[in-house]
Amino acid sequence: MLTETSSAFPPIKRRSFAARGLRSVLIACFVALAISGLYNTSPMITLAYSTSYTLGCWFCIDAGRILAARWVYRNDRGNEKFGRWPGWKWMIAVVLVGTFAGAVLGNALANLMTGRHDPGFIGGSNFRQALGVLMFSLIPGTLATYFFYTKERLALSEAQAQTARRHAAETQLKLLESQLEPHMLFNTLANLRVLIGLDPQRAQAMLDRLIAFLRATLEASRSRAHPLSAEFARIGDYLELMKVRMGDRLQPSLELPPELAEQMVPPLLLQPLVENAIKHGLEPHVNGGRLVISAAREGSELVLRVRDTGAGLGVNGGAGGTHFGLKNVRERLSTLHGNDASLELAEAGDDKGGVVATVRLPMA
Amino acid sequence: MPTALIAEDEPLLAANLQAELQRLWPELQIVASVGHGEAAVQQALALAPDLLFLDIRMPGMTGLEAAQAIAEDWPDDESNPFPLIVFVTAYDQYALQAFERAAVDYVLKPVLPERLAQTCTRLQAALAQRAQPQSQAGTPSLDDVMQQLRGLVAQGGVGTAAGAAPAQQGTLKVIQAGVGNAIHMVPVDEVLYFEAADKYVRVITAEREHLIRTSLRELQPQLDANRFWQIHRGTIVRCDAIGTALRDEAGKVTLTLRGHGDKLTVSRMYAHLFKAM
Repeated sequence: MLTETSSAFPPIKRRSFAARGLRSVLIACFVALAISGLYNTSPMITLAYSTSYTLGCWFCIDAGRILAARWVYRNDRGNEKFGRWPGWKWMIAVVLVGTFAGAVLGNALANLMTGRHDPGFIGGSNFRQALGVLMFSLIPGTLATYFFYTKERLALSEAQAQTARRHAAETQLKLLESQLEPHMLFNTLANLRVLIGLDPQRAQAMLDRLIAFLRATLEASRSRAHPLSAEFARIGDYLELMKVRMGDRLQPSLELPPELAEQMVPPLLLQPLVENAIKHGLEPHVNGGRLVISAAREGSELVLRVRDTGAGLGVNGGAGGTHFGLKNVRERLSTLHGNDASLELAEAGDDKGGVVATVRLPMA
Repeated sequence: MPTALIAEDEPLLAANLQAELQRLWPELQIVASVGHGEAAVQQALALAPDLLFLDIRMPGMTGLEAAQAIAEDWPDDESNPFPLIVFVTAYDQYALQAFERAAVDYVLKPVLPERLAQTCTRLQAALAQRAQPQSQAGTPSLDDVMQQLRGLVAQGGVGTAAGAAPAQQGTLKVIQAGVGNAIHMVPVDEVLYFEAADKYVRVITAEREHLIRTSLRELQPQLDANRFWQIHRGTIVRCDAIGTALRDEAGKVTLTLRGHGDKLTVSRMYAHLFKAM
């Protein structure tokens, strides 16, 4: 009954509304039997009054709650996270007014059923007795409200947990899809298909690169870290594949100082940055350009840079695409290192143009 | 002898497509093989081939944009019909199935010989039909091609080659045009039209014109599409600045503006916008 995505007010479900009413009546029956046992009154008449009071109170409180929640929702659209719960402040007012109105209504109903003329607590001579009845009605009213509140709350947190699980799975899938970008995959296969006929040895070498790249992509989601040398080797595989496709338009170079080779980094962290540099920087350029991937130590930080000499960020500040790649790198960095790691994207700022992406993370 | 142009940015794939076509269709003469969209437009207009094989994702200009540009500038000449187009793509993100058995065709990469043979048969049939002057039915007219290209462009995928999908959909209020050290603030309400000029866009108002350093493609998503109509791949006009639209015998539409002497040409692609109510 709680919709987490729709912005409309959650629809009222007649069945669950009726079910709550029925359950209230059931509770009333037990209360009536208990009272008639305790005070030795006629069970049928007690049952009629008890049930009518309960029904009246339930109806007024439940309907009041829905109306109040609607009102709150209409005046504050953002406040939809708790579906049909208007908040405790409103609820106390609803329970008080609802109990009072419900008791009046219930008394009238019971009088109608039994043919008696019990004045109830308004118009009755005994004010104290009337107040007692009201208090007596308030207790189950509050208890029932609390019961339904907890139940609804539980259902909500369950729904939220499910949404969170679904989001996590979707992100995983999107990540995999972005790494196994179909355009890249099928174009690579198309090249491979041609090379098999033309130059079987080169085709074999290309296939080996593709295998290593695919294996790394699939394994990246399972392991937390691998050495920087492995990271550079996988990026190298990817670049070799792209080089077969783009020819001289892609001039890559990888610069890894040997003393940093054993530094551990999250697997394929740089992959989305390299892909972006090619897709947004070099591919649109008729003449292509250079792509430099480098690692350096700066103080206590490991600094990784991906720099292209391509189209630049443009006037829109790097508009285009879904930014999924950048978001993904940032999320991974913040999960692992919190605020100690960062990713920056900037115009290269020299005469060669293009963009430089800089990743900073603490040295292990 | 039928002629064809291939536009494909990956050299191996271009060479392979050419070889496969020659094997399947020996009479076909490949008059040009180019590596990017602008060259495709240039060569297609210069050589007027019967067939165009266009890769969709190419540097500079996508295959779809190239097809659109070729269609816009294609001369009105009965003896020189618009080429048949085959789109080549690695990944079908454009719902190209719609093109099967339609005015143009498509093939997926890696190109499989059986599929390419089917396409060739289809193209041969279309060319044969075109050669008989009395039976025009069944051969795609320029209008059909336009219709389909419009459909594809409307899918919104065209910008992806340069990664220029609109990120900001907000409507621009003022154009900030730099003149020396000053920035001129030009309200978009005063702009009569925008015209692409190389890497710049000319912004024309009733009083004067400015140059801004952006592309029309980047500018367009920031404009209110209901007020600013694209009428040519290089022109966007404010619709309430248009005085009249005149259609000549050849179907060519020319716009006159209110309070300004310029006349604007509407390309075939957008001529359908101007119809009497």
